[in-house]
Amino acid sequence: MTNHWIDIKNADSILIMGSNAAEHHPISFKWVLKAKDAGATVMHVDPKFSRTSARSDFHVPLRSGTDIAFLGGMIKYILDNEKYFKEYVVEYTNAALVVGKEFGFKDGLFTGYDPKTRTYDKSKWGFEMDANGVPKRDKSLKNPRCVLQLMRKHYSRYGVDAVSATTGVPAKDLLKVYENFAATGRGDKAGTVMYALGWTQHTVGVQNIRSAGIIQLLLGNIGVAGGGINALRGEPNVQGSTDHTLLYHIIPGYMAMPHNGWQTYDEYVKGNTPVSKDPMSANWWQHKPKYFASLLKAWYGDHATKENGFCYELLPKIEKGGDYSYLFLFDRMYRGKIRGGIIIGLNPMNSVPNSNKLRKALDNLEWLVTSELHHSETTDNWHRPGVDPKKVKTEVFLLPSAHRLEKEGSVTNSGRWLLWHYKAVEPAFEAKPFGDMFCGFMGRVKKLYAKEGGKLPEAVTWLDYPEKYDPDDLCARINGRFTKDTEFKGKMYKKGQQVPTFTALKDDGSTMSLNWLYAGSYTEEDGNKAKRRSTEQTEMQKNIGLYPKWAWCWPVNRRILYNRASVDLNGKPYNKAKAVIEWKDGKWVGDVPDGGWPPMATGKGRYPFIMHKHGFGQLFGPGRQDGPFSEHYEPVETPVTKNLFSGQLNSPVYKFVSSDMDKLCKPADPKYPVVLTTYSVTEHWCGGGETRNIPNLLEAEPQLYVEMSPELAKEKGINNGDGVVVESIRGRVEAIAMVTVRMRPFKVHGRVIHEIGMPFCFGWTTPGTGDSTNRLTPFVGDPNTTIPEFKACCVNIRKADKLTELAT
Amino acid sequence: MPKTIFVDTSRCTACRGCQIACKEWHELPANKTTQYKWGSHQNPQDLNAYNYKLVRFSEHLENGVVRWNFFPDQCRHCELAPCKELGDVYLEGAIVRDEMTGAVLYTEKTKEFTDEQFEEIRQSCPYNIPRRNPETRVFTKCTMCNDRVHNGLLPACVKVCPTGTMNFGERADMLKLAESRLASLKGKYPEARLADPDEVNVIYLLIDKPENYHEFAVAQADLGPMSKKQFLATLARPFKAMKA
Repeated sequence: MTNHWIDIKNADSILIMGSNAAEHHPISFKWVLKAKDAGATVMHVDPKFSRTSARSDFHVPLRSGTDIAFLGGMIKYILDNEKYFKEYVVEYTNAALVVGKEFGFKDGLFTGYDPKTRTYDKSKWGFEMDANGVPKRDKSLKNPRCVLQLMRKHYSRYGVDAVSATTGVPAKDLLKVYENFAATGRGDKAGTVMYALGWTQHTVGVQNIRSAGIIQLLLGNIGVAGGGINALRGEPNVQGSTDHTLLYHIIPGYMAMPHNGWQTYDEYVKGNTPVSKDPMSANWWQHKPKYFASLLKAWYGDHATKENGFCYELLPKIEKGGDYSYLFLFDRMYRGKIRGGIIIGLNPMNSVPNSNKLRKALDNLEWLVTSELHHSETTDNWHRPGVDPKKVKTEVFLLPSAHRLEKEGSVTNSGRWLLWHYKAVEPAFEAKPFGDMFCGFMGRVKKLYAKEGGKLPEAVTWLDYPEKYDPDDLCARINGRFTKDTEFKGKMYKKGQQVPTFTALKDDGSTMSLNWLYAGSYTEEDGNKAKRRSTEQTEMQKNIGLYPKWAWCWPVNRRILYNRASVDLNGKPYNKAKAVIEWKDGKWVGDVPDGGWPPMATGKGRYPFIMHKHGFGQLFGPGRQDGPFSEHYEPVETPVTKNLFSGQLNSPVYKFVSSDMDKLCKPADPKYPVVLTTYSVTEHWCGGGETRNIPNLLEAEPQLYVEMSPELAKEKGINNGDGVVVESIRGRVEAIAMVTVRMRPFKVHGRVIHEIGMPFCFGWTTPGTGDSTNRLTPFVGDPNTTIPEFKACCVNIRKADKLTELAT
Repeated sequence: MPKTIFVDTSRCTACRGCQIACKEWHELPANKTTQYKWGSHQNPQDLNAYNYKLVRFSEHLENGVVRWNFFPDQCRHCELAPCKELGDVYLEGAIVRDEMTGAVLYTEKTKEFTDEQFEEIRQSCPYNIPRRNPETRVFTKCTMCNDRVHNGLLPACVKVCPTGTMNFGERADMLKLAESRLASLKGKYPEARLADPDEVNVIYLLIDKPENYHEFAVAQADLGPMSKKQFLATLARPFKAMKA
């Protein structure tokens, strides 16, 4: 989230799209309803009428996978009707920047496309620079190659008729949303976007969110109270695990994973540190070497010195351009190229697409370490229906895991708040927190390397890895410490003392920090700020529900990111009634400002979007793999044969693997005419591995169901409560029909297209509840993130003759 | 003055935190439920000995617009509870009312009622609430978490509610809150109303026709809502039966 949960209450218009917020982030609705009480309009755009829709002012059903068409139409509406917040757009976004002549777009493809590698040469998307190397700007926005004009041209194709025919949303409903949300394109109004996996889990996932980013920048809704792009992240601590790098492509603090193109520390730093020649651009990532060196210093301790590049060369490096996401990882496993593995904290045999392939792939392992509260489809894969356990070679170790209530530590919520959570009870029997296990693994591996040597043993033996897991100490290390006596802002710190903030971090080896974003969270002065529970606030902070002394928030306790875009060039809030910051008597008051420079008008200011090289909010985003503007492409499995916006049916750069089990049906395949979307349910957590073992929750949601419209049910001769079989080209799944008016048929390309929806939380280890819905979903992913397309594929549905997976 | 729960259904997201919290606090076992031949999110299908509270789901299409209503159903703790009045006729003190909180409570003694008496008592309830544990034969329903309330705690269902649907307090305060919420919703929802506010201590604010929530969202016409006088008249029947 750029903002935070409480801040939702400040919105005048709330667009919930790609999310079922009331069901999956129930607390969010506490604040959504407060906004509604104060007069906000709440809109839910989603294929299914859900509990979120029930509490919204209105619901707009759209066909899965057509969000960019919907949002592209809104961008066109905003531009055509001059609804954008002009001063903000000119001063704070890159609307006025002039794009280089090499950039172009034709029939669904941006310039620089190489069909052989299915990638773009992004250097074709650069800005024009002046003699000083500063991007050229035309604040009149008249230059035909300025971003705003190019954008106008790009989205000119997204007229209401084409959008309606693609999305299945009637024109009047499109306009209802567009008008309402676009009305926030002025200083005294704010609109927020709440999204979740309904946007990310597509082959165009990142561009779904980009589209919303463009809208929010046009309307001046970033940096303000009640605005923002708000990714709803939940109980599984997605925010914290992303910050601390659960994913393969980054290392802590959102820095790139070292690859074989960067063999030395210097090469890495050069390849990753942006340079701006514009004195008005803060270009915050220019400080990356300080954060990177401090991270390496935290990993390798005294062994890491400036002379040896802080041991950078010891780090394992991925192949440049290699994909190590789980789609590719399990594909390699399926091909027999992986011998063993540790799977902790997820249940991929249930929650990764194409489960039939996954389950076979796992059989290829010689050994597998798992750690769970309960047996899961992953821990017990070798016992799965239809398989003789004796014939599966994998030796499985199942370690008993402590429940999260049995351990203490930090979680980071969606609003980037670092919160301490306390242990309620001791772990039962031999159960242990994961941290204890990892320390146990690493301690033994280190001893083995010390004893037996091997290739590059220092990579392991030199690691400053704790022998015993101590969450408090780990949080202190994440914050970072001085590694020698240092003076910072007139105060002396001793070696081993906590750094007060990330501006104290250096690239000379004098500091260490496991994550620069968290520097300031655990200090000498205030201790572990995750434990703070004070509601103290100023009147100004109270006015927008900002609690600066409750827990701590990255970065530097800034609760609303890019908040300097909420004020005019003189530092005065655009929205006086809901001011976030204000320049008053020579200083900023309110939230922690996004950089302490004085207002822009003083000539000493900096552009507010400090994390971008040029300092502007990126309407034109040249960093993504699939283009600087969003563009509608059909899901990889689609019920139509044509894309009404271009000749390019699917994303030209989506990721896929091609084993014998990775089948895809052809466009508008008559064998699979129905669109399937998949989702979670309130009562079960993710794949259900924990909650299916909680009787009261299983009582509330006992079995796999498929939500379908009465129209489709009639067509297929299915009654509510009947057993049905849902089939895709990859597999078949049994479910119980839930025939409901909450699913509506769509009118798409002039004909009726039906969509059905299924949860994915049931599995065979809970007998009679059903088995993995993901046996149906395809193994294809977004080009930026490789997140799979869980949200849209093609299936058929029929009444079951008998049920074997479900109790009757 | 008794305590009152105010249920603002205009805020309910049917997260079922209340339903689960009720089971947890009362340590009630789970029922075996199924979607087969049922196909609904409303599980279990009805109130039972192990579910004192049940969120009911009811959907319909109205001029092409979907309406999905959620009704966290539970005992209304009537000002004048027909179940208690009738129970007292058969077995004094089996069903009691805590004058301090207004909670109507089924005691262990209710196991002594015959099956026929239970059926009569169940039918006397205008909201179809009373159930009976088949093993212990004790009557079951919402207790208003009377034990919690006496210890200064909120009822479990109110405590866990994230949206302000479930509210608890002095009857006068809750009535005031209910009236003010009704006033603010009436413009947008012409059907908005309070369900039997004068007769009960669990007051629902509805924003759709009562029948679009649940058959017993408001008292069934042939059973009430009743004045004391009306109610006493109904007692004649079982009295006669006893004398015979």
